[in-house]
Amino acid sequence: MTTLLAWFALALLIITSTGILLSRDWRWSLAFLGMLYVGVFLLVRLYWPLGMSAAKLVTGWMAGAVLGMTRLGISVNPDPADERLPQGRPFRLLTAALAGIIISAAAPGLTEIIPGIGLPASAASLTLISMGLLNLGITSQPLPVSLGLLMILAGFEILYAAVEGSVLVAGLLAAVSLGLALTGAYLLTATESGQPE
Amino acid sequence: MSAPLIWVGVPLLAAAILSAPWRPRTTAVIGGLCALSLAILAFLTPINEALRIGETSFKIEPVFRFLGRQLVLKPESKSLLVFIYGLAGLWFLGSDTAGIARRMVPLSLVITALLVAALAVQPFLYAALLIEMAILLAVPMLTPARQAPARGVIRFVIYQTLAMPFILFSGWLLSGVEASPGDLILARQSTVLLGLGFAFLLAVFPLYTWMPMLAEESQPYIFGFLQWIMPITALLFGMGFLDRYAWLRSSEQLPRILHLAGLIMTVSAGLWAAFQHRLDRILAYGVVAETGCALLSLSLGMTEGIQIIFRLLIPRAFGLAVWSLGLSVLKNDTGSLKFTSIQGATRAYPFAVGAVILAQFSMAGLPLLAGFPPRLVLWEALASNSIYGAFWFGIGLLGLFLGAIRSLAALSNSTDFAFWQSKETWRQRILLGLGIATLLLLGLFPQIVQPILLTFPLVFEHLGG
Repeated sequence: MTTLLAWFALALLIITSTGILLSRDWRWSLAFLGMLYVGVFLLVRLYWPLGMSAAKLVTGWMAGAVLGMTRLGISVNPDPADERLPQGRPFRLLTAALAGIIISAAAPGLTEIIPGIGLPASAASLTLISMGLLNLGITSQPLPVSLGLLMILAGFEILYAAVEGSVLVAGLLAAVSLGLALTGAYLLTATESGQPE
Repeated sequence: MSAPLIWVGVPLLAAAILSAPWRPRTTAVIGGLCALSLAILAFLTPINEALRIGETSFKIEPVFRFLGRQLVLKPESKSLLVFIYGLAGLWFLGSDTAGIARRMVPLSLVITALLVAALAVQPFLYAALLIEMAILLAVPMLTPARQAPARGVIRFVIYQTLAMPFILFSGWLLSGVEASPGDLILARQSTVLLGLGFAFLLAVFPLYTWMPMLAEESQPYIFGFLQWIMPITALLFGMGFLDRYAWLRSSEQLPRILHLAGLIMTVSAGLWAAFQHRLDRILAYGVVAETGCALLSLSLGMTEGIQIIFRLLIPRAFGLAVWSLGLSVLKNDTGSLKFTSIQGATRAYPFAVGAVILAQFSMAGLPLLAGFPPRLVLWEALASNSIYGAFWFGIGLLGLFLGAIRSLAALSNSTDFAFWQSKETWRQRILLGLGIATLLLLGLFPQIVQPILLTFPLVFEHLGG
């Protein structure tokens, strides 16, 4: 049952992280982020007690809510510099597929380095980290950058949950996730209200 | 009463109080005096020893327990607390002169407290998380609410955030290496991850592209403060790894890697600085070169290298403070730090220009200035190891020197004839004058900081002994 749940979480994370990468509407991106944290919760639950892993879910949703509430009230013009970067969905899908090939090769190696992590968790972790990095690579807008960083951090948290069960670490990582969301929200409001120097 | 509660809790409390809408000067003075009081307290009060005041006796405990983990400020950490809070206090006092007290002081107090907590937390690995929080708190300082964030600040957040997972994960691997020292593959994996983490955190070549961008976009005084306190904390954190793991300390490859990284950083930053057309970008490359010097020092071995690193700390702090304050005064009045915008500024802002130029020369290692003695020691040590290293280090310093000469030329040349005057306020003149005097004093009498330098290495159990 646990194994089945882990594979389900992996599938959910692949869909949601690819969704965030492909989506151009912030509402869809944040909806995918909310679902992504359900997958993170399911995987972290394999190593941590329910209370601690639920904290991860709640933190992720709060981060999404902070970004969503901020984005709701502002209109953001695309950064002209972003238009020089490859933007098309086929291109993004291709990069995601390439990342998928690398992940499928690297994930079994990671299970050897971290005993007991299991293939679904290691693959999920690498998926989130790669998709997050891809997201960071193709944009410099505050919202996608925040989502990219949150994805990388979520991927790392799955990995780290397998090796570290400290309450303080869980708390600090939650604070960092929320801090990233708040920073993203701050940069979003600054983007709307100001002009570049 | 515990030491972490005083040196971490009090600044947090002060920051909360200062977040109220005080007048900028009041904010700067209260913040500065608070930090200076903490430095004086660290200097005068013994930690973990009984103290008697009248009939009352008490002891400042070194440990504060929190969620099953500890913050530990040992008696040996006192010199570090004096250094951090003493210099932070001076930065805060100057913030009103730079015109950014309200934006800078409360958040800087929190950042300073978090970074002190990062140096005190046990297991020390968790410091990466506290440093990350400090980085996130720096964003509102770097980008005012009514200024659209440019690429520098976004890259700053990305690059610095990427450091944390690498360091945390490598820490876990390192504990595995400690348990089975013969596992070479695990040792290599953990070293690579640790190296990547610190390369992001310290903005090691080629990961420092955000630095000149950020310097261009943000207020120079805030940039200077952050680039003083954050790399120093990251360096001390990195040295904590060397102190903790004997196999890492005695590794044959590590000095070579540090030597190469340090040289590339110093040379590339020097060369870039020589060809810039903006004073703020030159400041950024100065910071990169300074980190390169620290890495080079660390490559020289655990006794000599550590001593040189600590020698670099105080001139770096004063150099950056004077440099960024001078730039702030110029930027507040001229609006831009492009060479074309500040041409002939010497006649209108002699104190600010003097501060900027002398700080640049100090960083380039010009004799009689604060940066010269530690650079001379470093250069000599490098030359005794390898003449090539010393040669390339000289090229890096030459680049910084050329950058300073070009800045001087831009600031002095003017097509319009203008009379000499000083547009700075009296407070600016006094602070800039004091800063210039300190740079000269530390260059002429470097031994005055010797007492504090001698006690710095005691923070580490195995390094520098």
